[in-house]
This record gives sequence, C-alpha cells and structure tokens, in this order.
Amino acid sequence: MAYSTKVIDHYENPRNVGSMPKDDPNVGTGLVGAPECGDVMKLQVKVNPETGVIDDAKFKTFGCGSAIASSSLATEWLKGKTVDEALAIKNTDIVTELSLPPVKIHCSVLAEDAIKAAISDYKKKQTAEGKTAEKVAQPTA
Amino acid sequence: MAVKLPIYMDYHATTPVDPRVVAEMMPYFTEHFGNAASRNHPFGWEAEEAVEKARKQVADLIGANAKEIVFTSGATESDNLAIKGVAEMYREKGNHIITAVTEHKAIIDTCKRLEKDGYRVTYLAVQKDGRINLDELRAAITDKTILITIMAANNEIGVIQPVAEIGAIAKEKGVLFHTDAVQMVGKVPFNVNDLKVDMASLSAHKMYGPKGVGALYVRRRNPRVLLSAIIDGGGHERGMRSGTLNVTGIVGFGKAAELCKQEMAVESERLRKLRDYLNEKLHKQLDELYINGSMEHRLPHNLNISFAYVEGESLLMGINDVAVSSGSACTSASLEPSYVLKALGAGDDLAHSSIRFGLGRWSTKEEVDYVADKLTAVVTKLRDMSPLYELAKEGVDLSTMVWQTEGH
Repeated sequence: MAYSTKVIDHYENPRNVGSMPKDDPNVGTGLVGAPECGDVMKLQVKVNPETGVIDDAKFKTFGCGSAIASSSLATEWLKGKTVDEALAIKNTDIVTELSLPPVKIHCSVLAEDAIKAAISDYKKKQTAEGKTAEKVAQPTA
Repeated sequence: MAVKLPIYMDYHATTPVDPRVVAEMMPYFTEHFGNAASRNHPFGWEAEEAVEKARKQVADLIGANAKEIVFTSGATESDNLAIKGVAEMYREKGNHIITAVTEHKAIIDTCKRLEKDGYRVTYLAVQKDGRINLDELRAAITDKTILITIMAANNEIGVIQPVAEIGAIAKEKGVLFHTDAVQMVGKVPFNVNDLKVDMASLSAHKMYGPKGVGALYVRRRNPRVLLSAIIDGGGHERGMRSGTLNVTGIVGFGKAAELCKQEMAVESERLRKLRDYLNEKLHKQLDELYINGSMEHRLPHNLNISFAYVEGESLLMGINDVAVSSGSACTSASLEPSYVLKALGAGDDLAHSSIRFGLGRWSTKEEVDYVADKLTAVVTKLRDMSPLYELAKEGVDLSTMVWQTEGH
C-alpha cells in the first residue's frame, strides 16, 4: 500500500508524542479504540483555564501509519484552538489533509473520537472540581 | 560487507528462480519449443522427453513414482483438483471432509464451496502450538468421511503438522489423505510412503523454480486414488488435468526439485542456524516478544514473532527496506487480523503485532544483523509512542481493561 507523503512525514517525525499528568484538572484525556481492533489512541489536551484555549496537546498511538499520522495531525491542529473550535474538527478534514484511502478512514474517525473524548474528560473535570480546583496542587509534568 | 537493500526475507511468499534452473529452461523457450502432446515429430518427442525427465526429478524429491505426478498450474489448482476430484469421484461413498482452521485459503475456500454443494466439512481447531489434536481428528472421522486434508507445514507460522500420524490414522480408517506440502517439500525431507500420504500439492515457485507450475502427487498403489478432472479437454496427464503442458515451467520445476534434493541437508542446517541467530538476537535486544506456534515442530527457515504493544503495519512501515509479512489486518484490504494467528488463541492484539520472517537460499548473516538491528530501533521508537506499552509499564493489565470500541 502506498502512503501519502504527509502520512509518511507524520510517521517519521510524529508531532507531540508524549503524556501529560492525567490527574491535572486542566488536562483532558481521551483513550479510544481497542487492541484487538489494531488501533488504540490516547490523546490529551491541556486547557488554559483563563482563556479556554488549548495550550498543549499530546498523543500516543498503537496502530498503523495512518492512525499515527491522524493523531499526530490532530495534536497539531488542537494547539491554539478553543475547546469549542476543537470540537468542530471533523474526521473528513483529516482524511482530506492526509489523503487517506477508503480503507484507512476508520483511523480518522478514531482521531475525531479521541479529540471528543479528551475534551469531554476535561469538561467533566471542570464541573466536578469546579469548587475545589483552586485547592488542588498543580502536579509537575 | 555492506548489505544490498532492499532485503528479501519473505521466502514463504515466493522464491527467486535459481540461475541454474533458468539455464535449464532457456532452450525450451526457443529451440525445443514443441508441444509434449505432439506424438508424430521430433519437436513433440523432445518436449515429452524433457517433461518425463522433470516428472522423475519431482517424484524423486518426494519418494514417489514418476507416474504419480500430475503437473498443474500451481498449488492452488492442485488443492482444488485433490479436494473436488475426490469429492466428485467418491460421492457415493460419502460426503464428509475433514480439514483444519489454519489451512491455506486454497483449501478452506474449496471446502466452503463444496459445503454449498451439500458436502459436510469439519474444520479442526489447532492447539496453542499450531498443531491439530490427533484424538479430535480420530473422533471426527465417520463412515461418511472420504477425505482428510491437512497441510504439511503452515505458510504463516511454519508449524509442521504430525503428517505421518495423520497418514496412519487415515490408512487405518480407510480414508484418503491429502496434504498441501507446498512449504515443506524441498526444504526438509518429505517422503510420501514414510508419511502415508495419498495426495500432495507442490509448487515450483516456493522452491526456487518458476511461477505458474505445480504438481499433485496422486498415489497409484495401495490405495489407487481416483480423481474426477476439474478441467475438461484433451485428456492430458492421464486424464486428470487437460491442457497443453507448460514445458519450460515443468523443466524448471524438475531442475529445482533436483537441486533441492541435492542441497537440502546443508541448506536447511544453514538456515536453521541463521533463523536461530535472528531469534536470539531479537530476544537479546527487545523484551516482550512472543513466538507464534511451536518452535520444535517448525520449518527451519521460518520465524513468526509478535512484538507486543506495536502494530504490525506501522512496524513494516519503519522497515520499508526489508521485505517481510505481517499478520496484521491493515496490510490487506480486510480489517481482520490473520486467521491463523487467531486460531492459536494468542489474542487479536498479538496477531496485529506479528511479523513473519522467511529465510532462504540467498539469506546472509549480514542481512539478519541488519534486519534485527533495524527492527530493534523501530520497535523501540513505536513502543515509546504506544499507549499500550505505557499502560503495561504502569502495571495495568490490558486484558481486563474495558475499551471503547463502539463504531469500530
């Protein structure tokens, strides 16, 4: 199977690989997919509580080259966006940008799911910890 | 010595034609181009003589009589001829066939078609080591069973089935025994009488011969196996396979068989050492490797390893100057991982992480070193970006995790 140059570039030089502390109230974590399906993505966003803008995004992916590229691209796009802007990212945008073939569309769907899961986790934390957030010490990364 | 890239380490898929085989074939394209079925002029006689020589060479490799070799277009056709030919010929005797879940698609899909025509097929499971359970085989045989078809060695995991034991059971029960011996013949000793095989499928291109030619061994004595032809026409190959013989291909097949017979002992020992060296080197450099299938009952030139927490296609992408195969779904159009690895019960995640190495006549230690070092670098890089590896290192038991799989 031939890969697009953009997929190869993301595979060879993945952007924003890594992890942020899961218990940081400003960090939202999404873990989607399943090992038996051949794809698992972990995507994290760190949101600035003052501005609601995503300051940082990190990913780790178990999956094919297209899955790695989709999640790497997602982290690039997330940085600098507000939470609501981030939710507007569609899997079809990823398909177009990376020129994914039909058999790889599920990789982009998974990336969109990962974004939504990470943001939903962040929002859940904000609601739950709304009153206590200020008391929680910021863990160092 | 610098290695020449790309490196070919996929000898189970196909092999290059040995130059000595090519040299043998050449005159039969131009000078001796006759039709082996032309009985009344020297062009035909030369072609026929060449075919008969090759028939003897192929027969000698497997301990058969030359008259028991039926040339075909390849092992897929041989498998079809054996199964459909027996099914039709012995229909009155019974309608039950026994095979195994790890067989090649040429066997599985042929059996599936027969099921639509009213035959009954038992697909035996395999044990964790990839071999069938002989008690289950024995229990599956009924008075309606006409054929057992179990491969000699598996194309993905190289696991060798207890062929002689299956042959003995088949003989005791009076059931015909066919084996797809494509991966085994020419690599390690295979004798149709020692193994009590009634039919065996062979392929030239898996043993340094040309593509497009294969054979079906059909036992003539004790018992005499009868087959209905599946291709109708001029009645070539004792009526079992019509069609003008592929003389050049058959000549090449014969020479390839002769070379395998001469060199097998030395070659298989060399490849076994090289394969073991690859295995040891990988295990020294990486943790959490899982070998798929029995190491004891395995072709000497095969290795099939799962690199846990790393997906196979992404692994292949990182070693794109090395030709190997992965059992992961993403390498093919289907989204299912290898059915052979799944049958071992190792779990789909490990099936997705597997690589098949096939060594062969021109594999070198330098190539093995290059492949092992490159794989180590790529696996390490991919594990660093694998959420599964991270979770496992945190002590999370992945098998008990609940995954969000809806929609995938």
